[in-house]
Amino acid sequence: MQVFDVFLLEAVLNGLLFGGVLALLALGLNLVFGVIDVVWICYAELIMIGMYAVYFLYAVYHVPLPIAFAAGILLVSVCGVLLHVLVIRPVLNTEPINQLLVTGGVLFFLQAAATLAFGVQFRNLGLSLPSLALGEIFLPYSRIFAALTALVAMVALYLFLKKTYLGTAIRAISQDRQIMPLMGVNPARIYVITSAIGGALAGLGACLLVLQYDVHPAIGLSFGPITFLVCVLGGLGNMIGGFVAAFIFAQFISVGGFFFHIEWGYVMAFVFFIVMMFVRPQGLLGRKQ
Amino acid sequence: MLELRNVSAGYGAFQALFDVSLRVDAGEAVAVIGPNGAGKTTLLRVISKLVAASAGDILMEGRRLNDLEAHRVIDLGIAHVPENRRLFPRLTVEENLRMGAYAPAARARFAERLASAYALFPRLAERRDQPAGTMSGGEQQMCAIARGLMSGPKLLLLDEPSAGLAPVVVQRIFEVVRRIRGEGYTVLIVEQNVQQVLKVVDRAYLLEIGRIKASGPAAELGASGEIRRAYVGL
Repeated sequence: MQVFDVFLLEAVLNGLLFGGVLALLALGLNLVFGVIDVVWICYAELIMIGMYAVYFLYAVYHVPLPIAFAAGILLVSVCGVLLHVLVIRPVLNTEPINQLLVTGGVLFFLQAAATLAFGVQFRNLGLSLPSLALGEIFLPYSRIFAALTALVAMVALYLFLKKTYLGTAIRAISQDRQIMPLMGVNPARIYVITSAIGGALAGLGACLLVLQYDVHPAIGLSFGPITFLVCVLGGLGNMIGGFVAAFIFAQFISVGGFFFHIEWGYVMAFVFFIVMMFVRPQGLLGRKQ
Repeated sequence: MLELRNVSAGYGAFQALFDVSLRVDAGEAVAVIGPNGAGKTTLLRVISKLVAASAGDILMEGRRLNDLEAHRVIDLGIAHVPENRRLFPRLTVEENLRMGAYAPAARARFAERLASAYALFPRLAERRDQPAGTMSGGEQQMCAIARGLMSGPKLLLLDEPSAGLAPVVVQRIFEVVRRIRGEGYTVLIVEQNVQQVLKVVDRAYLLEIGRIKASGPAAELGASGEIRRAYVGL
């Protein structure tokens, strides 16, 4: 019985660590949706680009890891801007379905392009970080580092949105975009900046994931759907809601996986999601339409 | 200060303004009155470039505004307090005021102007951390005007500040307009409450179906039989 409890605690702690990273992933998607009103269907594929970038820089070209991380974040940030300017802006004022379709198209394009360029094999950094031992509980340092970094990034983004003129404008534009010029704000510029930040968050997510997981062309499928579900569960566009939902989902997967099997953890999380969509279709903290 | 010369404008195939000319001199308060759908709001939106003029010239202190991007208009000293207040409902009062001071030149003087906005509207100081959307209509209008003043404009455009407010609040709003004039701002105000607005402005234009039908000193227009019958209800 004693051992049982310790492993349950380990599952809960792992769920918390996973929740931190999941919350970071959801944050970028929520930010872009909340501000630009467009869902980046290819969000997880941007993360894939970042993971490949870090992998090649570090494992193939032997660039120091911090520099590889910085370059990965910058690259995905630029990808976010390009996605907005080249793909989304031309269809921004058309039917919402068009925006879903074009970013969905980018998803398949990036998957196919990655397969063509890098092949289907799984690649990893070849790092083996030790684990933190707390009695009988072992927590990998890579997970601890990822969760703490995600937390720091989220606090930094919160302060930016709350305390700066630019951050206030980013929050304001989602509430009334038509009058933004009256404040001296160029909405097009805010969209580009938001896309850069959304991309940078995806890039940071990539750095944290590549420490723990292998990268391959379909890696987006492992994180894309769950990130969307977290966002929708929290209330699409609601950053606080996404944060809460990420930890709920992570606990379902981690603790559910502990009691049964990791796949059952996912099944339970999705069943919970479906039930919640009937109970609170607007999301946990979403506003009623 | 501001001059419109033969301005026409509209939305797609619908033309809202026909050959409108008007002038606002420095230190003046000028009203544009007229019925619903006359084009009053469009007139202000043309000045702040939210709607493009299809013909004619818009000049601010001699500078042509026609080709300016909308978000640059505020740099010339024009602040527009839009119809229905249009506060950012989930930002706090103070965050709304910060948005009013977004222009780089205004940021440097934010603290000073915030203090004078709170001096002018003590109610806003009490509610500075409250989401703007949770305030009463009158308080929201005060906040919208304060937000307009945060950029330190030379010219303040007010669109229907009294619309949808209780009579006693309407009185307060016009008192505020009078005080803003007293502080040296030039004001162009669009109103349906003709009787009240003519008491606080120097001159007025009557706009009907997109055309200027009459203009003159406020007292003179207010005394004209036609306007009294049609708009003042006396």
